[in-house]
Amino acid sequence: MKGRTLARHGKEGLKNLGRNSWMSFASISAVTIMLFVVGVFLLLIVNMNSFISSVEEDVEVQVYIELGTSDQEQAELEQQLKNLDHVESVTYLSKDEGLDRLIDSLGQDSEAFESLRDENPLNDAFIVQASEPQQTEAVAEAASGLSYIDSIDYGEQVVEQLFNVTKILRIIGLVLVAGLMFTAMFLISNTIKLTIVARQQEIQIMKLVGATNSFIRWPFFVEGLLLGVFGAVIPIAAITGGYHYLYTNYADKLSIDFAEILPVYPLTLQISAVLIGIGVLVGIWGSITSVRKFLKV
Amino acid sequence: MIELNNVSKTYANGVNALNNIDIFIEKGEFVYVVGPSGAGKSSFIKMIYREERPTEGSIQIHGTDLMTLKEKHVPFLRRKIGVVFQDFKLLPKLSVFENVAFALEVIEEPKDVIRRRVMEVLDIVKLKNKARFLPDELSGGEQQRVSIARAVVNNPRVVIADEPTGNLDPDTSWEIMEILENINRNGTTVLMATHNREIVNAIKKRVIAIEGGRVVRDEPKGDYGYER
Repeated sequence: MKGRTLARHGKEGLKNLGRNSWMSFASISAVTIMLFVVGVFLLLIVNMNSFISSVEEDVEVQVYIELGTSDQEQAELEQQLKNLDHVESVTYLSKDEGLDRLIDSLGQDSEAFESLRDENPLNDAFIVQASEPQQTEAVAEAASGLSYIDSIDYGEQVVEQLFNVTKILRIIGLVLVAGLMFTAMFLISNTIKLTIVARQQEIQIMKLVGATNSFIRWPFFVEGLLLGVFGAVIPIAAITGGYHYLYTNYADKLSIDFAEILPVYPLTLQISAVLIGIGVLVGIWGSITSVRKFLKV
Repeated sequence: MIELNNVSKTYANGVNALNNIDIFIEKGEFVYVVGPSGAGKSSFIKMIYREERPTEGSIQIHGTDLMTLKEKHVPFLRRKIGVVFQDFKLLPKLSVFENVAFALEVIEEPKDVIRRRVMEVLDIVKLKNKARFLPDELSGGEQQRVSIARAVVNNPRVVIADEPTGNLDPDTSWEIMEILENINRNGTTVLMATHNREIVNAIKKRVIAIEGGRVVRDEPKGDYGYER
């Protein structure tokens, strides 16, 4: 294709948006609304996912050391724990630190336990973090075979349930995002199709004066692309601005100690890229598939 | 040169539009195609610019065999043929200039060539001063002149006019004929389907009459031959 033809297609695509201003408005509105919904939803899902991840990462194996274990034996045990598969880190936790942690975690009810400080019932322990939260159980099992161990605790029941719940949440999120994107694509491309059906005569005339199919398609390609880009502007601005506002004003209220909402950047940039991508793809797809029907003259 | 050999056309719904037609048209001829509505005129004309394909027989247009012509080469055939429609088929949102320029943009002519050539043909059809108007702002005769300008702007070998005077008053119809005759005088083959008795009887040309899907009459400088 000659350069000036390419330029012509670009200009023609842009001009067509203006010539069919109401139709363009309808299409851009459809893109805007759908992308906005998709964008808000993506924000929720991505945050939920990061929330779930931080909950999962909090899962750890507590390996209590047998009373009367010598320092050397303790060092041996630490090394053995580190050598297990899927172990990310092994941290020593003395029984006093362990009690502090316990009392801290109980919050207001902790006073009742203060008396325990004189006669600490806990053992010294190693806190073992699995490289993948889902490997926690395997790590605990492997550790149970080692010596100098009093007991092992990783909240067996709770962890199993937690992983079941997070798995289901992730699947629901994924299905919803996929369903929403599909609906968005369908709605957008349908609106674009309607606008192109109205231009059937134009396409017919192009064919009759000897335009090749690709020559006819190009301006529609540009038009679809522009519809997608223009349609993405408002959702991106609204979502970035809205999330920025939410984050700066309510980040503390939306966070539960270890699990915080994600910072504005790079999240909103990533979501903007996804929205532009969807807009452009759907715009082009809707416009090209609609033209194809009328090319057979 | 247009050559149809033994051409038949049956539509998918079973309608038999043309039966074993043989027509030979020399380069530079002016031919009227007459006959009652539904007799097969339109099918014949549409086959020449390949909007329809015959079910049987062969068609040659200036050395191009339409029977073996590949789909992707059809646009290049159409560039050799200018078509004028009864309902003009102008793009309502483009100006007169843009409508005519369209046929040249399609064949990727440079801008200055397009400009010069469009103004030339708008001069021929006497619409130079209305180049910026939209089709809606023109009379029927003027719109038909735009459509003729678009048909001839890329110097086609053949101009096909499907009832070009069908929607026009008598005075305007004569103007349109004058333009078509001028185009023909420059060596372009003109093929005109018409119901206009006065014109056919006054401007004597070859007449091909089609009835019931067959050529029933083919005479040089013929008459319209129907009572209307």
